[in-house]
Amino acid sequence: MTARKKKEVSKPTVLLREEEYSIIGKPIPRVDARAKVTGEAKYAADIEVADMLWGAIKRSPYPHARILNIDTSKAERLPGVKAVITGKDFGGFKWGWSRETRDEEPLAVSKVRYLYEGVAAVAAIDEDIAEEACELIEVEYEPLAGVFDPFEAMKEGAPLVHEDRPGNICVEYHWNFGDVEKAFSESYLVREDTFQTPRMAKGYLEPPAVVAYWTDSSHLTVIPAKGSPYFPYRILANCFNLPLSNVRIIQPFIGADFGGTKNDMVACDFAAPMLARKAGKPVKIVYTMFDELTTCLRRHPMWITIKTGVTKDGIIKAIQTKVISDGGAYTRMSPLSNFLTGICMTLPYHLPNFKTDVYCYFTNNPSSAAMRGHGIYHTRFAGDVQLDMIAEELGIDPVEIRLRNAIKNPKPGEIYETINKLTLATCGIEECIEKAAEAINWKENKARQRVKGNKAYGIGFGCGTYLSGTKLSGHNACAALVRICEDGSVNYITGATDVGQGSDTVTCALVAEVLGIGLEDIDIKRVDTVHTPVDPGTYGSRVTVLAGEAAINAALDAKRQLLEVAAREFGVKPEDMDIKNKKAFVKSNPEMSIPWQRLVRMACYTTPGMVIIGRGQSSRGITTYGLADFTTGIGNIGTNYSFTAHAQEVEVDIETGVVRCTDNSVIAHDCGFPLNPPAVDTQVVGGAYHPGVGAALYCEFKMDKGLTLNPNLVDYKLPRAYEAPMTRVIHVITKDPFGPFGAKEASEGSTCTAPPAVINAIHDATGVWIKELPAKPEKVYWALKEKMEREKK
Amino acid sequence: MKGELKDLKLVVNGKPYELKVKPKALLVDVLRKDLKLTGTKRGCLESTCGVCSVIVDGMAVRSCSILALQVNGREVTTIEGLSEGGKLHPIQEAFVNHGAIECGFCIPGRVMVAKALLDENPNPTREEVRLAMQGVLCADSGYVKQIEAVEIAAEKMRGGEGR
Repeated sequence: MTARKKKEVSKPTVLLREEEYSIIGKPIPRVDARAKVTGEAKYAADIEVADMLWGAIKRSPYPHARILNIDTSKAERLPGVKAVITGKDFGGFKWGWSRETRDEEPLAVSKVRYLYEGVAAVAAIDEDIAEEACELIEVEYEPLAGVFDPFEAMKEGAPLVHEDRPGNICVEYHWNFGDVEKAFSESYLVREDTFQTPRMAKGYLEPPAVVAYWTDSSHLTVIPAKGSPYFPYRILANCFNLPLSNVRIIQPFIGADFGGTKNDMVACDFAAPMLARKAGKPVKIVYTMFDELTTCLRRHPMWITIKTGVTKDGIIKAIQTKVISDGGAYTRMSPLSNFLTGICMTLPYHLPNFKTDVYCYFTNNPSSAAMRGHGIYHTRFAGDVQLDMIAEELGIDPVEIRLRNAIKNPKPGEIYETINKLTLATCGIEECIEKAAEAINWKENKARQRVKGNKAYGIGFGCGTYLSGTKLSGHNACAALVRICEDGSVNYITGATDVGQGSDTVTCALVAEVLGIGLEDIDIKRVDTVHTPVDPGTYGSRVTVLAGEAAINAALDAKRQLLEVAAREFGVKPEDMDIKNKKAFVKSNPEMSIPWQRLVRMACYTTPGMVIIGRGQSSRGITTYGLADFTTGIGNIGTNYSFTAHAQEVEVDIETGVVRCTDNSVIAHDCGFPLNPPAVDTQVVGGAYHPGVGAALYCEFKMDKGLTLNPNLVDYKLPRAYEAPMTRVIHVITKDPFGPFGAKEASEGSTCTAPPAVINAIHDATGVWIKELPAKPEKVYWALKEKMEREKK
Repeated sequence: MKGELKDLKLVVNGKPYELKVKPKALLVDVLRKDLKLTGTKRGCLESTCGVCSVIVDGMAVRSCSILALQVNGREVTTIEGLSEGGKLHPIQEAFVNHGAIECGFCIPGRVMVAKALLDENPNPTREEVRLAMQGVLCADSGYVKQIEAVEIAAEKMRGGEGR
């Protein structure tokens, strides 16, 4: 592999040898499990404050219309109504993902761009009155023609979603690495296919909710269901023209996130504070699942045309992709989602030439945004299904073709660099493929009988990757504080948010491990922006890797302070001492020791006494190998990268087209080092695999001119316990030098593998290719029928 | 949908209550708003996600799809009524120890459904556990460890350590 470059890795700090770990790497009970299993854990909708009002949003009945007039007078006169607001109350404020993309108003002022967009809001003494008042708000609209998919949107003369955005182009990228044309001309086989991924719901069960109140006219407190609470911190400070010091976002427990809605803003997040200011009372707004499924952010539908050139032996020489996506009504995170469709195409297979053209269009659909496996999911699906098509044409086994192209794990101290300059210190994909193939008995399974009655069985393979510790911009730093209380108990104070992925537990465990004390000694203080250090948020699989680094550094700082006290006591240097099992000891003579609590008391009480606060920053996300360039597609987007190989058996009912994933399923996963193995399992299975099965077989919003036709969790099907396979997870350990104790992300990469594995398995079972997700029964049925008719001829 | 407040008498977690509620009030809202028992979650409000499940006279019921007045005179158990004196119920204990909880939003409803199942059928097959769990969606921890946790709890409860 000629393009493979070798670079020296800066030597990582080795904190402990693996055999010395007392907490991490073992099953760690979650620090929040007890509160959650008893119902004590408070989510945003569970919060109640004294004198609280209930709010509701008035929504537009048109997907595209000019607002001519809003008359709120009848609503204001309804007894029990305490405040009514419209978009005008926000004084022209617009917001967006970046400075250049501020194209959205908290409530639409002059034009609505998607169905049920918010135009006004009410606060009243109860929910019923708030909703009734919304009905009394009279809005005059001038309906406009709309565009409802990117192919309509790109037509010349199509209605414009934003008048100042010609051609309805939301964002586009054009990158070129190497020489794809030359590589195609030299290839033995060149294949071009178009795949489609649908519009999807995030699938969490806690709809958006928020409580907001003003402690005085210049201090705002908000308790929102947000997995990235520092987004509303900054956006609301801007919106209400407040210094950041006066904006207090308190993070409750979060009922899952998966990107998009819960790190971005929705109408209620602006309306509740504005209503609270106007009414002079706290206001709570809780969305229904209908609100969630009709107005909140979705995964982008994408059309991916992929052209791949390979040698006779199946070695990939070049890939060219063209991606067209539906960004919906506002820019939101589309620049990032679309960027991500290209940036990781050079993983997990060695790719010497790559060209991509990506176009995202505005439409009059609800906005699209991040969703687990963000961006990479779409193109990885296309790439991994097409690889099976190529393998079939060349007569190469699907596992074999993957092994031939898999990026090899760099030797310790070396770095593999992709053609667009992503850098890997570790890559376990080869081992993942081998272990998954072995565990599912790939060869024996391929050879056995495939059809039993009306059921056809097949197995498929899929590989995936994802970045961890995303590096989006310069301000990617985060920090932690470790406060040692006088009695030896410890507060770990973080700006990072656990939305269910288990980062609270893992970061507490890192603090305990470094301090040499027990997990039970650590009490986490979750986000409260007036007390906790700023943190970018929970996205891009960044929390464990980067907030984990900050937690380790804060614990090391606190430990250093304590060891200075202990060293004085024994007349040695601090570096001659360590703390383990709640005892500080001289390394050369462990008999010379002080129990943890006594050491802490000594440090705090011995005149003049100390207040021990450890401070730690994460810098890896910024410093290691620089940042990615969005214009050229060059550079590292992750601090390190996870890898997954997934083998899946399906059962296809050849009479009805119904596909079922069987329990015969294996996921081999390289997360570097599993800090909390059972949590990695639940992430890989529940947070990645089951939603991946949903994406492969069930999940898709059906739309009709901006109207969501299936806005409920029956017609929009999610996998339930009965159809969710009982898979096996294999941990492949690579110990990445850039992750805390060797860790990389777990789950965003492995959510990208189920769709290609399932589609490849359906082909293995039946010989049909489903190129448009999901593989619903009718699609499989018609494909089978077409194949039968073709074979008759 | 307006109406005079009606009298509602019920027992929740062993404690009798006499309330005045709107005729349209859902059980989930009376539990959460009137009795401040917010452990029962409010998810879809249309009987699709199951996170609001509670036990009414021994049966798992989605509290979003039943009027509060329909449980007049009945006995309701919510997640808050499960642990005794700070000691977790074996099902709760199994969910904690087996690592079956992620975001936790479905967990109260799921634990109540599991309790109704095990009270009725102390030795369920895996298929029976799966079928019972069918009614409660999970977004993130997946069903594997949850199903296993119910089986672990069942075994412990059969051993007489449960109640």
